[in-house]
Amino acid sequence: MKVIKIDKTNWIQGIENLRDSYKLTGPVKGEKFYNFQELDNGEVPDLNYSNTRLSTKSIVFPQSEVMLNYTIDESKDDHHIMKEIDTDYAPRALIGLRPCDAKALTLVKLNFDTTDYKDPYWLKAYEATTFVGLACDDPLSTCFCTTAGSGPYNEEGLDLLLVDAGDHYLAKVITDKGATLLETAGWKIEAGDISIIETKKSDAEAKITSKIKTDKLKEKDTLEIHSAPFWEDVSFACLNCGTCTFVCPTCWCFDIQDEVHGNDGTRMRNWDSCMFPLFTLHTTGHNPRGEKIQRVRQRFMHKLKYFVDKYEKGIMCVGCGRCVSQCPVYIDIRSICEKMNSYELAV
Amino acid sequence: MINPYQPYAVRIDNIDIATEDKSLKTFRFVFLNKEDENKFAYEAGQFAELSIPGKGEIPIGIASSPVEKGFVTFTVNRAGLVTTHLHKMKVGDIMGIRGPLGNCYPWELLEGKNILIIGGGFAFTTLRSSIIYLLHPDNRSKFGNINVVYGARSPGMLLYKDQLAEWEKRDDINMHITVDGTDDPDWKYNVGFVPTIVEQKAPPGNTASYAIICGPPIMIKFTQPVLEKLGYEHDHIIMSLENRMKCGIGMCGRCNIGQELVCKDGPVFTLAQLNKTPKEY
Ligand SMILES: Cc1cc2nc3c(=O)[nH]c(=O)nc-3n(C[C@H](O)[C@H](O)[C@H](O)COP(=O)(O)OP(=O)(O)OC[C@H]3O[C@@H](n4cnc5c(N)ncnc54)[C@H](O)[C@@H]3O)c2cc1C
Ligand code: SF4
Ligand code: FES
Repeated sequence: MKVIKIDKTNWIQGIENLRDSYKLTGPVKGEKFYNFQELDNGEVPDLNYSNTRLSTKSIVFPQSEVMLNYTIDESKDDHHIMKEIDTDYAPRALIGLRPCDAKALTLVKLNFDTTDYKDPYWLKAYEATTFVGLACDDPLSTCFCTTAGSGPYNEEGLDLLLVDAGDHYLAKVITDKGATLLETAGWKIEAGDISIIETKKSDAEAKITSKIKTDKLKEKDTLEIHSAPFWEDVSFACLNCGTCTFVCPTCWCFDIQDEVHGNDGTRMRNWDSCMFPLFTLHTTGHNPRGEKIQRVRQRFMHKLKYFVDKYEKGIMCVGCGRCVSQCPVYIDIRSICEKMNSYELAV
Repeated sequence: MINPYQPYAVRIDNIDIATEDKSLKTFRFVFLNKEDENKFAYEAGQFAELSIPGKGEIPIGIASSPVEKGFVTFTVNRAGLVTTHLHKMKVGDIMGIRGPLGNCYPWELLEGKNILIIGGGFAFTTLRSSIIYLLHPDNRSKFGNINVVYGARSPGMLLYKDQLAEWEKRDDINMHITVDGTDDPDWKYNVGFVPTIVEQKAPPGNTASYAIICGPPIMIKFTQPVLEKLGYEHDHIIMSLENRMKCGIGMCGRCNIGQELVCKDGPVFTLAQLNKTPKEY
């Protein structure tokens, strides 16, 4: 595997060289939090963050996205006919995302890329993006990626993995897309000794002491865990604020709404949340998940059981810890996973 | 890449008031582009998203039958925002249809079998589609006996009255039409709730017979034990679910019951399948 050495003195110039060929997105420090956003001319990704408040899912799946447009002006020939909008899917580079966020996108892809239907918006944005990962050397106490199917140096879903080696980065080439980006940036010097990558990787993994067990989830009976007594307790404090679903890199649910200004209409989709009662409310007033306990259970059953059974690709969680640290009432997916994984029907 | 969110453009070709209280109307649509009609090839039991620019989309069962060509029809109950708007639209108006969506009734499995169709209220739409399909000369000989129990609150609330009258006259389908109550002295059919009429009139179940049931939750709840008593096994009882939907293609996440998505893996399930999923419908 090819590894390129990027001296930090060449970093900014390389980023500038990318601008003609890629739209750049990277972590930027806001007032309180780091967030991924488009990098304006002269702006460089700030790679000193430990984790961003929101995940990178919005780069391929914006929180609000126009899908179709139309005119309702009846004097026009094509009134009330819905057309696909012209979105710019020119190459983009996402620089400095964490391996957990990249892995999460590979899980979300299972939902949007199916044999029956392909979601053109999600897939075109995903294809257009080159994912430049940043290995994680200082994980947080809420990180549990190593037992959630990912890891601080995990390469799934990445085109390149950057490892911070002090005065330089080592860029591990994972795909052709990654190689092309390095060439475009003008970063060409092959690294000599790369043993430091393995050492740093083991060090980082050893720092992650928070662990979950998922080995028994698959064999559990869906209806038995669904009717387990612990859901009452688990959901008691939940405010149904939806924070956990918005910050989650693997939550993909959305709503579709029409908006009209004057004669110009758009159909758009917006992130939605299974934590909201309106999500499943029938027009008749009947609501299959009208109670809080049903909604909280749905969120965890989806991530830790339905998804596991449906795709056989592990759990729908990468251990980024965002929901753990941002839930206002400290609901912790790790302890819920433990309850589910160890649940035995009382005899 | 085919965009599954983009509807086919259609024109409203005809509107019929379907019930005496005007709460239901049957809309006939024709496709603006002829090729779209071919792309919209469907089977009885499937649904579509009726798409009204500026208002939104609603999942509605396809009431026309694959053997009826040149148009598609839907019978829509006026309920909330989009359905109320649709009820105010006129012949000639342009809108969209997205689909066909979901699975259909298991027609291959049903070949050679006796079929008991049970419908209540306005959930009779895809059952109409199914009956027309079954009675078509190309298809009728492929199936065994057909019994239909269909009930509404009152005679004026029965859908598709002309067709019901036609089917009543035929000898290759046994119709058991019923109403909850009526003060019409000339009413010549049954009076009583659907579960009761099923108990009195439906043939017993065996390995060669299937029941298809569509109706309000309360009707389904009371009909299920009757079917069990008649000897219909749970994998011979077929139902169609109506969860709240948006995308209709298994992506937006709201319509699931356990790992099944009602819009894509359903809406048609056997009771045996539903027994294995959380009761979130
Ligand atoms: C498979 C299937 C088949 C069906 N077949 C039939 C049929 O044959 N005939 C029939 O009459 N009915 C049928 N229904 C039921 C029908 O889909 C609903 O009655 C219909 O969607 C109600 O739409 P509405 O806009 O009138 O109601 P509303 O309650 O106003 O809202 C539903 C729609 O309005 C918008 N909306 C309004 N309020 C909100 C909100 N607070 N948050 C988010 N969105 C909102 C959304 O776009 C939403 O899709 C079927 C349903 C399913 C699932
Ligand atoms: S963040 Fe916490 S309180 Fe808010 S919906 Fe999620 S679990 Fe409930
Ligand atoms: S309606 Fe979107 S997943 Fe079923």
